[in-house]
Amino acid sequence: MPNFFYQVNFYLFGLIAIGSAIAFVTRRSPVAAALWLVNTMFCLAVLYVMLEAQFIGVIQVLVYAGAIMVVFLFVVMLLNLGEPSEIADIRGKWGKLVAALLGIVLLAQVAALSGKRMPEPFIPGTGYDAQAVRDLGAVGSVAQPLFNEYLLAFELTSILLLVAIVGAVVIGRRRQIDAR
Amino acid sequence: MPIDVTLPGGLTLALVPDLILMAGAMVLMLWSAWRPDSASHQRSVGIGALVVTLITTAAVIWFVASGAAAKQGGIVAVDSFRWAADLIFLLATFIAIAISIDYNTREGIDAPELHVLVLFATSGMMILAAARDLMIIFLGIELMSIAVYVLAGLNRRSARSAEAAIKYFLLGAFSTAFLLYGIALVYGATGSTNLAVIGETVAKYRLGDSPMLLAGIALLLVGFGFKVAAAPFHMWTPDVYEGAPTPITGYMAAAVKAAAFAAFLRVWIEGFSGAYLRWHLAVWWLAAITMVLGNVVALAQQNLKRLLAYSSIAHSGFVLVALVAGTPAGSSAFLFYLFAYTLATMGAFAVIVALGQPGESDLTIDSYSGLWNDRPWMAAAMTVFMLALLGFPIVGGIGFLAKWYVLQAALQAPAPQFKLATLLVITTTISAGYYLQVVRVMYMKPRPANAPARLPAGRLTQIVIGAAAILIVALGLFPDSIAGFAQRSVAQPTTTAPAAPGRMAVMSPGSAGAGR
Repeated sequence: MPNFFYQVNFYLFGLIAIGSAIAFVTRRSPVAAALWLVNTMFCLAVLYVMLEAQFIGVIQVLVYAGAIMVVFLFVVMLLNLGEPSEIADIRGKWGKLVAALLGIVLLAQVAALSGKRMPEPFIPGTGYDAQAVRDLGAVGSVAQPLFNEYLLAFELTSILLLVAIVGAVVIGRRRQIDAR
Repeated sequence: MPIDVTLPGGLTLALVPDLILMAGAMVLMLWSAWRPDSASHQRSVGIGALVVTLITTAAVIWFVASGAAAKQGGIVAVDSFRWAADLIFLLATFIAIAISIDYNTREGIDAPELHVLVLFATSGMMILAAARDLMIIFLGIELMSIAVYVLAGLNRRSARSAEAAIKYFLLGAFSTAFLLYGIALVYGATGSTNLAVIGETVAKYRLGDSPMLLAGIALLLVGFGFKVAAAPFHMWTPDVYEGAPTPITGYMAAAVKAAAFAAFLRVWIEGFSGAYLRWHLAVWWLAAITMVLGNVVALAQQNLKRLLAYSSIAHSGFVLVALVAGTPAGSSAFLFYLFAYTLATMGAFAVIVALGQPGESDLTIDSYSGLWNDRPWMAAAMTVFMLALLGFPIVGGIGFLAKWYVLQAALQAPAPQFKLATLLVITTTISAGYYLQVVRVMYMKPRPANAPARLPAGRLTQIVIGAAAILIVALGLFPDSIAGFAQRSVAQPTTTAPAAPGRMAVMSPGSAGAGR
């Protein structure tokens, strides 16, 4: 049984996260929605820290709440998507009905599967390993597989990002057409 | 020379050709940014890209000659299937860069980064041919696709080029989602992304009936079906091929398709051969629909680029027949077919580049009328390419042999594909309708008096067209060396378990077909 302080924190930030997530999908203004999403990200970061995954918590704040959401906001503001009615992606009765149906199906799946365990041979390899975290630290236990087992994938990702940047620059610059 | 790809040193050694290509591309990228854009800079970066391609080809050939091999397992394959596929990609890359140097000069595209992006796309393809892990395969596909999305939209002054790029990008992103979801489900069902482990788990636990695995395979089939432009996932092909700059269209039709097929075959043979009974029918129908639709719709095309787009869809169907066979003979027929198809397609697009007018305004079949009188050599080369795509004996060179080997593989598989083979022959006959139409127009129709004068073709383009045509005919007459290489270049299924009586023998056709 975790201590009282832990429990209070869990329920507090868990409820804030759920509340912010609901606010995020119900706001009509995209800027307000994005800010609610930032709030959700912060609460999730707190939950990660409580699970002793401090590194993931920090990355959550830096990357998701920081970088990605700021870019979202930039795009929203630069493209002037301020008018709420223009960007509502689910319109009409049928769209909402289908969305609700899909949600119910998903909930039913979770309910049906929550009591079951996977058969022994199909449980994926070692996941969270408390001993490894104690030996290597929170950062080390992420870095170890990243730079050993998944090094090739990691390096390929960096090439992929380089290509994406070069491509964006080539497509995005105006010089070529304006000169003529 | 054995290579242990589980050690860092061995992995690096196994990736030397890919690393050479990536390093060369990065150096060229810096060089292309060094000077302001100009036609001459574009040309010199292009020549640099050709040199990098040749060095990479030399590295691949060195690996073939040294007989390097790695055990199954690990995330990267070192086998002759990979090297043969690499050589096909590098051939297509060389031709694409050579013809785009001349094409860019004529169209006024000054961006030298075009050649760099082609090299990056090719490095993605080489990763795809090598990958034995779904994660690496995904990264290879993305590396290739993102570079090609940009290449399709490179002609900034053409609205159709922009349309092609945005269409390809949106639908490509959509298909990537299918691919990724499929990978996730396969991982969920087997507990690994490694093809060898997946293959063993599927065979050991008889996962052929696991709904999660089947859903994963189905989603992967949709993802790969999109990348190779198989019907009914081909909708993007004609528009994108028509709008993209012609050399890039050729590159997409030949190299991108070949790379997606190489990964497709490896995943299906190495990973899923234990579930053959389950996916066999789906791929069968995919092949049948693709052959019929591609060939029939191509009959109605007047624009040469659209015609070749539908022809490339049709050829996807023919290649899928080799996949349905699922045997080592099927996979060598598959490589031979891709080689012949690459040579003929790149040659045909090189002719389109050589005869095009600025702005690509003049691409109808009728604009080729009277070519025999103006440019007899160009007409002869185009005839060879068309007949090779048709699969005509002697003049069509290796095009005929490629179809012949696919037919042979389909008929000699443990579960002989008589219906599919018949359909292949019938649709090939239909395809004569449009390939021979091009030939007829070139020789028998006089050129209208008011037609614009033909522009002189660039020297590089002429050399490439000549070399491709001579190769097709010469290798068609003396196919032994290349057919022998293709026969040694097979992807092996990983089912190591001894075939249980009855059911298993049918389930893993590879092990039954060619006594590993």
